[in-house]
Amino acid sequence: MLALDFAFFTPDVISGYIVKGFIFSLQLTIVAMLGGIVLGTLLALMRLSGKTWLVMPAAAYVNTMRSVPLVMVILWFFLLIPLVIGRPLGAETSALITFTLFEAAYYSEIMRAGIQSVSRGQVAAGYALGMSYRQTMGLVVLPQAFRNMLPVLLTQTIILFQDTSLVYAIGAYDLLKGFEIAGKNFNRPVETYLVAAVLYFIISFSLSMLVRKLQQRIAIVR
Amino acid sequence: MLEVDRVSHAYGKHAVVRDLSFNLAPGEIACLLGSSGCGKTTMLRLIAGFEQPSAGSIRLNGVTIASEKSQIPAEARRIGMVFQDYALFPHLSTADNIGFGLRGKFPKGRTALALATRRRIDEMLELIGLAEHGARYPHELSGGQQQRVALARALAPQPHLLLLDEPFSNLDVELRERLSLEVRDILKRAGMAAILVTHDQNEAFAVADMVGIMREGCIEQWDTPYNLYHRPATRHVADFIGQGVFLPGEVLSRQIVEVELGRLDCDVPLDCGSSCAECQRDCRLDVLLRPDDVIHDDASNVKAEVIAKAFRGAEFLYTLRLASGAQVLSLVPSHHNHAIGEKIGIRLDVDHVVTFQQEQ
Repeated sequence: MLALDFAFFTPDVISGYIVKGFIFSLQLTIVAMLGGIVLGTLLALMRLSGKTWLVMPAAAYVNTMRSVPLVMVILWFFLLIPLVIGRPLGAETSALITFTLFEAAYYSEIMRAGIQSVSRGQVAAGYALGMSYRQTMGLVVLPQAFRNMLPVLLTQTIILFQDTSLVYAIGAYDLLKGFEIAGKNFNRPVETYLVAAVLYFIISFSLSMLVRKLQQRIAIVR
Repeated sequence: MLEVDRVSHAYGKHAVVRDLSFNLAPGEIACLLGSSGCGKTTMLRLIAGFEQPSAGSIRLNGVTIASEKSQIPAEARRIGMVFQDYALFPHLSTADNIGFGLRGKFPKGRTALALATRRRIDEMLELIGLAEHGARYPHELSGGQQQRVALARALAPQPHLLLLDEPFSNLDVELRERLSLEVRDILKRAGMAAILVTHDQNEAFAVADMVGIMREGCIEQWDTPYNLYHRPATRHVADFIGQGVFLPGEVLSRQIVEVELGRLDCDVPLDCGSSCAECQRDCRLDVLLRPDDVIHDDASNVKAEVIAKAFRGAEFLYTLRLASGAQVLSLVPSHHNHAIGEKIGIRLDVDHVVTFQQEQ
């Protein structure tokens, strides 16, 4: 019979072990999301530019990133970057860079679909009103692409939030790591992993419900 | 102000526009009229700068904007365009849509710029009668309102020339008629030179000063709506514009032709083809008879049998069979309600006799 005892989960334990990890997980999610969307949009524009010298590298980058397991990318970056820059990089910094670069590949595919969802007539209308390529993209196409793709972008961000737990491979102190250490210190690993799972579920599930609501609202406006 | 000079364009091997030329005067509204696939939209895209001609050149106010060698990009031409689906920006309000082309057009510091832009937007909203709707989004407007916003958006930056691609095709018939007159009025008040593309001749006649009938990438006739109807240059134009039938006629002298319904005096010399230089008797021609050329007259000795009729409110359009079996159309005031099979008296009243050589 499984004897569970959650009595050791006092506010002190939470603030001592969990909060620090939670903040890093959030930070990692937000940085990778914003950086990934910016970088991903640039990659999408490159792939849609029709110029081989832009299309090829962008496609190669996206396809490579999407073909390699994330945990391997995390490990390789952690091991490679110190060799390149000649000094060790903290696990947290390494994770921030890796996630941004990795997620950019996924966000770029979403943005590419979003840009293609905006009709060519909109681009022509921009040109006919005297706007340059840059202005037409920035003022007409991207705002619409972004709005059309917002639910998908957010869904990807929820997956990203769950994936941040993989930094455990390089020992960065994230939400899961906080629970793991608390579990070891109090010798209650089953309870801590259980609470961690419930917490990940609550956060991810409520975000998905929010996305669903948002999707309905966008569908009405369109 | 716009000179289109022997312009050609091909998609791959398929020539869409062939050696096409026409001129547009300042403030003039022209229309390219033709069935789908005749190259009219491609011609518009060539002028707008979305395609490059494979031969010929396009000049705007004396400046070559397109030729097979060089091409001023669309955004630098100052040519406005109203699209078939309007292509309003769904994420911007009506006012922002109209103001979109004004970005950077008034370069005098931020406040002055904002003020001038604001004024111009209000002016345009006023012009299209939507002064109260500036804050609405495109999806909150009716089709007719969207159409007018598209027009205002294109006019706001004061382009040299405005292009309209089937601008009324998404509207229902009643609205189409009203808006086409309204659009003409707005363009004339703005003094804007414009080119309209459509397959609907009512629209073309309602809006344009000059109409070019297009077929297989060429302009068959570039003329006023009145002349296109009354003096069609080719059989195809006669067929395409309005209704009517061709009745065989016999040439009696240089300017007189006789058809089954009587003799017709022609105000231009008859031309029955290369076979005879100076037209002789017995040459045969086809004479175009419009429904309004055939008058119902009970006193007339010439009788024709009603074989079909279409009620048009004020008038009936009768299809009549003559003694020879040939058919003509006649437009008759609708209080003359004749049954199918009935014989009614008709006579001809033709202002402009239009003849074509008979097809071999």
